[in-house]
Amino acid sequence: MSEYKYIEESFKKVETILKKLKETSNSNAVLLIDKAGQLITSIGDISGLDIVSFATLSAADFGATSQLAELIGEKNFSSLYHQGEKNSLFISLVANRVILAVLFDSKTTLGLVKVRTKHASQELEHVLDELFEKLKVTPPKEVFDKSFLKEAEEELDKLFGP
Amino acid sequence: MALINYASREINVKIVYYGPGLSGKTTNIKYIYEKLSPDLKGQLVSVATEQERTLFFDFLPIDLGNVRGFKTRFHLYTVPGQVFYNASRKLILKGVDGIVFVADSQIERMDENIESFENMLENLETYGLKIEDIPYVIQYNKRDLPNAAPIEDLQRNLNKDGVPYYEAVATIGKGVFETLKEIAKMVIRHLSSKAPT
Repeated sequence: MSEYKYIEESFKKVETILKKLKETSNSNAVLLIDKAGQLITSIGDISGLDIVSFATLSAADFGATSQLAELIGEKNFSSLYHQGEKNSLFISLVANRVILAVLFDSKTTLGLVKVRTKHASQELEHVLDELFEKLKVTPPKEVFDKSFLKEAEEELDKLFGP
Repeated sequence: MALINYASREINVKIVYYGPGLSGKTTNIKYIYEKLSPDLKGQLVSVATEQERTLFFDFLPIDLGNVRGFKTRFHLYTVPGQVFYNASRKLILKGVDGIVFVADSQIERMDENIESFENMLENLETYGLKIEDIPYVIQYNKRDLPNAAPIEDLQRNLNKDGVPYYEAVATIGKGVFETLKEIAKMVIRHLSSKAPT
């Protein structure tokens, strides 16, 4: 779809950064999630992982922790670390817009994950800023037109009965 | 605001079930989860206390399928109704596209309903949102109970905007899907109405 070309280009850049992060940090999977809990994209082995729930809970986790931060006079906690027996999770906020979650195990160390995530965050911030600038100049073609409405209503009738 | 992922061609819409404690928000979501066929739904996630009271939220994703080439999904959330969990409620409202206000019909719960509705308005305001700008419906639950208040009383106290309302008995599923269908349609219509013609 050519009308989304510039979005697709940014998206590819994002995926490249995430792939690099996964490889250089030796982690198992990297997920990019919006602050309302919806998955934007993921890289790596996520088979067996319920990613929709994962995204929702990560965002909730981050949201709850931000409130905790405020209670102790911090604006935000920029990152969270959850240590498990086998698998661990490092979550950080990028460009104050999106949540970057890195899943890793004993193949790597928290220190390495932290350092690589910091690098990736800076790169991501740059790409996202660029994309948001472009979106301002050329907003994407509207998805929710009349035909979308009609089709969605038909699907809802099919699903829940007329 | 609905998240449109142009690259993976997905649309995710967020619907929040709001209302006082024990009004039946989780019961709504659980009923939907039980009745929907497995290919249409994801996992039901509940962050609850040991006594099965919602601590943070319940979450259920529903797939509407492909609409004009976009995989369209509704994310249903409930908030914890108990008064002291307001920080959690506020968080869940972030990015909301549509609201179902689940009221407890019992006459002695009228004040809690009103209080919860006002709390919702306050929480929306912290995100710079006004209820007039968000599609919402009201569900009067527990209509089967002998102490249920007359609908006119509930309407007068809770439905000042005259939005669609449904009478429900969520434990047996009465009114549950009707409510969901209406809010889903209202949200899609709302999103379309903002599109340039």
